[in-house]
Amino acid sequence: MSDTEAVSLTGLHKRFGANEVLKGVSLRAHTGEVIAVIGASGSGKSTLLRCIPLLEIPEAGEIAIGGETIRMRAAGKGRVPADAAQVNRLRSNLGFVFQSFNLWAHMTVLQNVIEAPVHVQGRPKAEAIAEAEALLEKVGMADKRDAYPAHLSGGQQQRAAIARALAMRPRALLFDEPTSALDPELVSEVLRVIRALAAEGRTMLIVTHEMAFAADVASRAIFLHDGRIEEEGPPAQVFSDPQTERCRQFVMRHLNR
Amino acid sequence: MDTVFLAETMGKLLAGLPLTIELAIISISAGAVLATILALFRATSPIAEAIVRGYVFTLRGTPLLLQIFLIYYGLGQFAEVRHSILWPFLRQPYWCAILALTINTSAYGSEIIRGGLQSVPAGAIEAGRAAGMSRLLLTRRIVLPIAIRQALPAYGNEMIAMVKATSLASIVTLMEVSGIAYAIISETYRAIEVFLCAGAIYLTLNFLLTRGLAVLERWLNPHLVQSRT
Repeated sequence: MSDTEAVSLTGLHKRFGANEVLKGVSLRAHTGEVIAVIGASGSGKSTLLRCIPLLEIPEAGEIAIGGETIRMRAAGKGRVPADAAQVNRLRSNLGFVFQSFNLWAHMTVLQNVIEAPVHVQGRPKAEAIAEAEALLEKVGMADKRDAYPAHLSGGQQQRAAIARALAMRPRALLFDEPTSALDPELVSEVLRVIRALAAEGRTMLIVTHEMAFAADVASRAIFLHDGRIEEEGPPAQVFSDPQTERCRQFVMRHLNR
Repeated sequence: MDTVFLAETMGKLLAGLPLTIELAIISISAGAVLATILALFRATSPIAEAIVRGYVFTLRGTPLLLQIFLIYYGLGQFAEVRHSILWPFLRQPYWCAILALTINTSAYGSEIIRGGLQSVPAGAIEAGRAAGMSRLLLTRRIVLPIAIRQALPAYGNEMIAMVKATSLASIVTLMEVSGIAYAIISETYRAIEVFLCAGAIYLTLNFLLTRGLAVLERWLNPHLVQSRT
């Protein structure tokens, strides 16, 4: 069973000071699923996504990638990973796409894409370059392979960042509001790329404010409210026929914009 | 103007140029390595930070001239130093000058690199962590390359200051350019001409250094150069 479970979260709790952001969230992403995580700002959806590769460390709960649970140990008031090497290995099985792209400014697009495959995964450079070129082709960035991030538009940077995430041959792709930092006219080029990846059957978790896109691309939608999963189900239900009052209000507000 | 005397002086001073360059290159290079280690070490724990802060405070707060004196005359006072394996080095004015120049520049340099480290965007570090990079790999591939690029203009200032600071090595009998200049003046009492010649040599050295740094900066920062379309 566990090998079809790309990401599994059980009872995650996360607080920042007095503010409890996640109040016990459990979520299973099976291989091939596309999960859209929606919710108002402050609902904890970005924090939830950032907990998966342990960019945030939840105080309680369990995270498993591909069936392997990340081991934690108590330290001071909180917890830290028990085995940093395990965390790094499991992180390299995930592809994370950030809201603000976070490309490495001192490297070209191609160098960004091959960096982790070569230096983290230890793959031969020639092989990594060949694969990177194919990925850049796929995201429509082949002609920009030698450009530096500073010379690219936001949409181009985000497509390069998606290629960088794909180059890890990830078990799952995690998108943290991938279009929120983009000018409106650049959003569609990034959504088009994500849509194509969904069509390939990739496992993806997408935190987004693009409701129409989420409704269209997701196989399952999750509505987060105040640190809990308030509603969960097929997008047709969550977006068109929400069962909870809060979800109904949220969807109304966002679809009417 | 006595061009014959100037030419003669210049010839004598240039004999000290190799030593000046040697002092500068060794202390700047060793100082930069030490500065990087100090800046990285400083970030590891509050105790490390206190140690490095004390080191920087002491070395920046006292004159380099005193530091050279203290190392040259002071270290030999301790029997432990005289009996240590380092004594064959520390008894020589050359190595005392190198040591003083190196630790002095490492204090300034570590502050410059600390500034560079602080300017590394959090997102770049996070992207490296998310990709599974270990701390060492992240430091080597992402953090230091970005920090050094940011720190380079300020570090250039420090290098230029160091080229000039090598002139203090003359105080412990080293016959680099300034040492030779003092010797000529004590024979001829023609301070103006001799110092003009020495000044011209330092000016030329620093001109070359400045050009070199500009080339290095452009080479390291192709992403900041406007693209030609």
